Amino acid sequence: MSVESEPPLTKDTKLTTTKPGKRQKNPSALGRGVMAISRWFNALPQAMAVAIVILTVLISWELIVRVGGISIIILPSPTNVGSELLIVFSQLAPGGFLAGELWTTIQEILIGFGLACVVGFAIGLWVGQTKFGQKAVMPLFVALEATPKIAFAPVFIAWFGFGLSSKFVMAAFMSIFPVIIGTAAGLAATTEDELKLFKSMKAKAWDVFWKLKMRRALPFIFAGLKIAIVAALTGAIAAEFIGGGIGFGEQIRLASTRLALDRVFALIFILSMLGILLFSLVAWIQNRVTFWDRPDMRLGKKGKKKSLSVTS
Amino acid sequence: MTSSAPHAQLGHTYLIDDVSHVFPGTDVEALKNVTIDVKPGSFISFIGPSGCGKSTLLNAMGGLLEPSHGRVLMNGNSIDGPPDGVGIMFQKATLLPWRTTIENVLLPIELRDGAKAAKDHTDAAMAIINTVGLKGFEHAYPGELSGGMAQRAAICRMLITEPDVLLLDEPFGALDELTRERMDIELQSIASARGATVVLVTHSIPEAVFLSDVVYAMSARPGRISEVIEVDLPRPRDMDTLNLPEFAHYVGRVRTALNKGHEVDNH
Repeated sequence: MSVESEPPLTKDTKLTTTKPGKRQKNPSALGRGVMAISRWFNALPQAMAVAIVILTVLISWELIVRVGGISIIILPSPTNVGSELLIVFSQLAPGGFLAGELWTTIQEILIGFGLACVVGFAIGLWVGQTKFGQKAVMPLFVALEATPKIAFAPVFIAWFGFGLSSKFVMAAFMSIFPVIIGTAAGLAATTEDELKLFKSMKAKAWDVFWKLKMRRALPFIFAGLKIAIVAALTGAIAAEFIGGGIGFGEQIRLASTRLALDRVFALIFILSMLGILLFSLVAWIQNRVTFWDRPDMRLGKKGKKKSLSVTS
Repeated sequence: MTSSAPHAQLGHTYLIDDVSHVFPGTDVEALKNVTIDVKPGSFISFIGPSGCGKSTLLNAMGGLLEPSHGRVLMNGNSIDGPPDGVGIMFQKATLLPWRTTIENVLLPIELRDGAKAAKDHTDAAMAIINTVGLKGFEHAYPGELSGGMAQRAAICRMLITEPDVLLLDEPFGALDELTRERMDIELQSIASARGATVVLVTHSIPEAVFLSDVVYAMSARPGRISEVIEVDLPRPRDMDTLNLPEFAHYVGRVRTALNKGHEVDNH
């Protein structure tokens, strides 16, 4: 695809590539060919486009392993991982031993995420709504955010033991910051006009908070929650790595000590699915709660638009 | 909650007595020695360049701002916070995007008397929505409304508490000229039907003349009233009024007054 630095003819640069006739320079035959291929790829439906990328990666991976003769201990091929994945699935079936480990990890994530939501929201209120919080507390959290939080895992294990609690505390610790930021930023998103409107209607402070500021904050809070839920997963797995002998992270650690990288990859795949599921769940709730913030709201709920009859 | 004070006997709805205002932390005189009285049921306009203090004055009348000097009396009482019986409207419709049109219209009732009272006002809200031509859009969300429709919804929200004083801060300033003229005619009929006292802040000379009984031309730095023009045109005024020679005459007078104010400002 020719990425020329000529000014785009329209705001939508995609459009300009589909209108080669309007270009100033006459591209060479090679250039035209590249552009034609690029157009074909761009026109693919998304599902097919994704499938093509995934297949390309998997096939190249398989080929590299087979042709290069790479040991399974170093890099298992997709087919190795696939067959291991079947074993993992059977162990994940109800009653299987992996199902119990996965449930442990899910518990850590959900408790940690819940803790981060409650405490993070409270701190977000403090930081976003008071001058003191803004001046004194916020810089502390920014400093903390810049610290590699994973380094605290041994600390939590020392404080909370090898059980579940050190894991969900770590998950909460990893995921709390986006909740704080989302809450604080969201509460600041209310406009002067809206505050003036509520003031002119003599709204009580509670109504200003609940019926205006909180509603305005929700899209920001959800943006934070979507980052937080994935961070909670990372935190739980990291804490399981460090110690305790429980959960999915421990299974990955065990598999890697046995040099069973095919199993490691299969387990990572399951965790990836879990992460996508949890993220989608939060995104789904967001779409229901802040339906008015979706870009397609402008199309109207019933999908039809009546024209305004002007009464004069 | 209409105020039951007999303004007719008092002779004025608003008495603005030598009001000056300097915003804290600045030395800009937003208002200087402004004295006006507003008769019940009259329609007045403040017009002038940016920074002449017209919005400041309106905010003081709406209890949203306390002037640093002077008194603002409404129906004989000094103003402490937004007074009852006053409806305010701003240049932006400021509808809450998570509420439907009717839920936005009912917001003032909900904030004042609770959700149940708001529900009881549904019929009243529908009636107002119908009069401004928003019928069929009561369950639409603000994202689905055009600019003019949003302002109509804001008018409904202002009227739901049945105020007898309307304070309008450039209510149609963001609309196109034709829509604005139609909205002006609607505003006139709403005001006269309710017998409401209306205070309008505007940038538009024709709009001020078309709607007002009295036009206050203002000048900036310091913000003050430079000239008072009483508009004696028959009511109800309609599109034909815009073509009357008298209309042009008043527009000319207001423009001259504003230009004079501008020269004083520049000397």
